[in-house]
Amino acid sequence: MKEDLRELYKYRELLYMITYRDIKVRYKQSIMGFFWAILMPILIVMSGIVVRYAYAMVAHAPLKTADIAGVAIKSVPWAFLVSSIRFTCNSLTGNRELVTKIYFPKEIFPMAAVLACLFDFLVASVALVIFLALTHVGVSIYLLWVPVLLGTLIVLATGIGMLVSAASLFFRDVKYIVEVFLTFGIFFTPVFYDVRMFGDRGKYLMLNPVAPLLDGLSACIVHHESPDLHWFLYSLIFSLASFLSGFVLFKHLQPMFAESI
Amino acid sequence: MSDVSLSMEHVYKKFRKGEIYNSLRDLIPAMTGKMFGGDELDAKDRREFWALEDLSFEVKRGEALAIIGRNGAGKSTALKILSRIMRPTRGRMVVNGRLSALIEVTAGFHPDLTGMENIFLHGTILGMKKREIQGKLDQIIAFSGLDDFIDTPVKRYSSGMYARLGFSVAAHIEPDVMVVDEVLSVGDFVFQQRCLDRIKAVIKAGTTVLFVSHNLKSVTEICDRSLLLDHGKTLAIGDTDSIIRKYLESGSGTAVPEEKKSVHISQVVVRDAAGEQATFGSGETAWVDVEITARDFAEKLAVVIWLTDDAQYELFNTSTERLGCTPISLSPNQSYRCTFQLQLNVAHGTFHVCAAIHRYDIDKTYDDKKPAATLFIGNTTAVRGAVNCFPTVVEHGVSGVGSETPIVR
Repeated sequence: MKEDLRELYKYRELLYMITYRDIKVRYKQSIMGFFWAILMPILIVMSGIVVRYAYAMVAHAPLKTADIAGVAIKSVPWAFLVSSIRFTCNSLTGNRELVTKIYFPKEIFPMAAVLACLFDFLVASVALVIFLALTHVGVSIYLLWVPVLLGTLIVLATGIGMLVSAASLFFRDVKYIVEVFLTFGIFFTPVFYDVRMFGDRGKYLMLNPVAPLLDGLSACIVHHESPDLHWFLYSLIFSLASFLSGFVLFKHLQPMFAESI
Repeated sequence: MSDVSLSMEHVYKKFRKGEIYNSLRDLIPAMTGKMFGGDELDAKDRREFWALEDLSFEVKRGEALAIIGRNGAGKSTALKILSRIMRPTRGRMVVNGRLSALIEVTAGFHPDLTGMENIFLHGTILGMKKREIQGKLDQIIAFSGLDDFIDTPVKRYSSGMYARLGFSVAAHIEPDVMVVDEVLSVGDFVFQQRCLDRIKAVIKAGTTVLFVSHNLKSVTEICDRSLLLDHGKTLAIGDTDSIIRKYLESGSGTAVPEEKKSVHISQVVVRDAAGEQATFGSGETAWVDVEITARDFAEKLAVVIWLTDDAQYELFNTSTERLGCTPISLSPNQSYRCTFQLQLNVAHGTFHVCAAIHRYDIDKTYDDKKPAATLFIGNTTAVRGAVNCFPTVVEHGVSGVGSETPIVR
């Protein structure tokens, strides 16, 4: 484990180069690249607004800007998570030549895929910040929570990414299963709705490790309050555990990649 | 560090032949089938074979070892184990220092990136630091000869340019151990020669080289010692010339005569004065015995032999008829033998002797063997190329203003 991490550190420039390659290729036509980065977040935000409008109609209450801001804040990180998992899933099988021909720590592929999606996320975040400024959500000390919550999300995405990339190398149909989960995952995650709408039963939704992170983001940006600490800790532990188990399993399977791909 | 820079000890590698389960849809039914007493999975497990069996060798620092053998002998598997892409089923290997593999020189390229970007990408994939690449950038570009195209996306490159750029990057790593697999087959003749020279320079600089190639000529130029593999087993290890002789001998006599032909070539033997031989010195005499056997009645036949180089280019041909022998007529089950005497005025390299049975008046070939035997001509320092014209310098000297040196005769 320690040896593996040291090796990964030795190859950090390669991680940078592969990330650069993935970004560069996607942004080769800069307009399309930018469009790609904000396409999914915009679609999610728009569907979120439709759903929230329906809630408002049923409740006979006006649709508040804070609700729309909350949906937007949760949609962009969700889009990051979805695209990360989608790209990591193909990151080994899509680099067949490099997997079978040259030796280097192969976890670089899923990691670079996550980093490239992070770049898209940053591009989309710029648009989001402008949008939030227009809705006057305001600034508070609780914004310091944002990097912590996002960091945890990145760790989680990388952990899941290493697992699905290795799994889809051995079993070709894993990517279809992952795709189904990604499509319907949004209904089990508080993106369009808030956990508190469920009252006491909200805690079952919080078992989804993404939920406390998204809920926390909305809490500290829109509501100017600290995230639920217990649930955040749960998410953090879950993320670290998935990263560690993903890494260990990945390194354990790596010697079999070349002959199984 | 010890004197040994590379070693393998009793390395075994097992592969599974038939189908492996590469989707959950196939795996889960198979697993449940096994749980309920099905034998199907066991049958699949049994179809295994050893790609490598008990491979052991040692290479000292600055030494070059070649691994030769036919397709499927396990050469590439051995290299993949050495470069840690695969893990051996059993056995141990030790690599002292940084290893770099010239296995697939263009594997790291991305078609959408420019030549320059690919140099950096491919360089880091091969284990170079960015600063290192920066320092060698001019050398790499000059070596590839792609100055004018370096800012063009490599998808617009020809396959030759692609390979040249790939090799140029790979050749500028300064590893302690370099593993080379068939990379020289790319590029034109001039570039191949440049690659060979580069590898020689790398060896001279103290790098250990492990070389895999079908090109016996490059093997003799680079490696003093060779290892012969056949179906995963080590047949021999020793000095390159004797190993090549063994390799060529192991190849002859494998062809099965086809019974359907009315006349077939039943035997071709290349020998020197002492007996069957596959390695010769340039200019030596060789005898080629050809035996043909008839199944049915056949008439007006001639035996044709010709010599090709490694690239299947025909260097010379002759036939019994052209050499003044009377055409051959054979009754069923009769055989005919003839012996050609050849002066091997060819230069260093591998050559193939081919034979055919031909009838000139109706222009029909009854049987041919391409190649019937393979010859290896030992290293000659005096000449290079395909033929040896046995040149000598008969006159030389300096001329011009102030030159007092008389012309030497």
